[in-house]
Amino acid sequence: MATQSLLWNSVKKFLACGLIGLTISDRYASIVPVRGASMSPTFNPQARNFTDDYVLVEKFCLKKYEFSHGDVVVFCSPSNHKEKHIKRIIALPGDWIGTSHNSHDDVLKVPKGHCWVEGDNSASSMDSRSFGPIPLGLVKGRVTHVVWPPQRIGLVERVFPQERVSSFK
Amino acid sequence: MRLLSYMGQWKSAAKEVLDRTAIVAKFLCLLHVTNNYLCSPTLVYGPSMLPTLNLTGDVVLAEHVSHRIGKVGRGDLVLVRSPVDPRRILTKRVVGMEGDTVCFYVDPMYSQTTVVPKGHVWIQGDNTYASSDSRHFGPLPYGLIQGKVFFRVWPPDGFGTLEQ
Repeated sequence: MATQSLLWNSVKKFLACGLIGLTISDRYASIVPVRGASMSPTFNPQARNFTDDYVLVEKFCLKKYEFSHGDVVVFCSPSNHKEKHIKRIIALPGDWIGTSHNSHDDVLKVPKGHCWVEGDNSASSMDSRSFGPIPLGLVKGRVTHVVWPPQRIGLVERVFPQERVSSFK
Repeated sequence: MRLLSYMGQWKSAAKEVLDRTAIVAKFLCLLHVTNNYLCSPTLVYGPSMLPTLNLTGDVVLAEHVSHRIGKVGRGDLVLVRSPVDPRRILTKRVVGMEGDTVCFYVDPMYSQTTVVPKGHVWIQGDNTYASSDSRHFGPLPYGLIQGKVFFRVWPPDGFGTLEQ
């Protein structure tokens, strides 16, 4: 009997921890690894470094879906819902964005409820330049800090190429 | 001696408060997890899903399992996050999956055919005349699907599963 109750207690503790962890990671913040070199100077600066960067993702921005230019966000890939990507928001709804696709320049307006995302390493990044603006509803959180490895702990800064974006209506 | 007994009392009171808070916190977490991963009640209203759902407001149950394992198919009623305003949730019917060819009327005289791209779905309201759906904003990424509606709770005469 004693072992059974011990087992039951530990199962209960385990379940409670799981519930609390899931809730926190859904509603408040979570920690995710960054794979690949598409955000290269900001995350994973050396491609041959075998450790991935781990980043803190906050979920408070999902209450109102309000973002700023230059925020780094996690979002579901529009072509495969199981994949998550980390990219930087360059333009928000209503902005005009200059794109250079196959060495021919174009300007387009980001539609209502959408945003334009690009990786910091434009040479190897699958982003809005290939799949166009994405709905803001796909965004799953905002990256605020790098938390691992220890020598790279720090804030993720908000930078964006101002000369490419114009909010002229 | 008296100080010690006070200390003891204070300690047990603090322990009880902590225990109660832990129970409430666990309950709230359980609520969140059931709401997000199993099933949740939703109030839907508006003319776009007539005659399946009423104009004035129905309470329906939506389950959140099948869209996570990719089991949403043609004919299912789904909750999707609107691509135009991410704070709004729409209730529509899935008409086409990826790779399907969809034929729809832009206006009564003119029809158009498109192929739904990879990872996208085509959704439409049952009331063709008063529905803002994929005919206006094109195919939607699968990731915007929030749940699948399967049961109606209110009004009482419509109580039961919703057929496809």
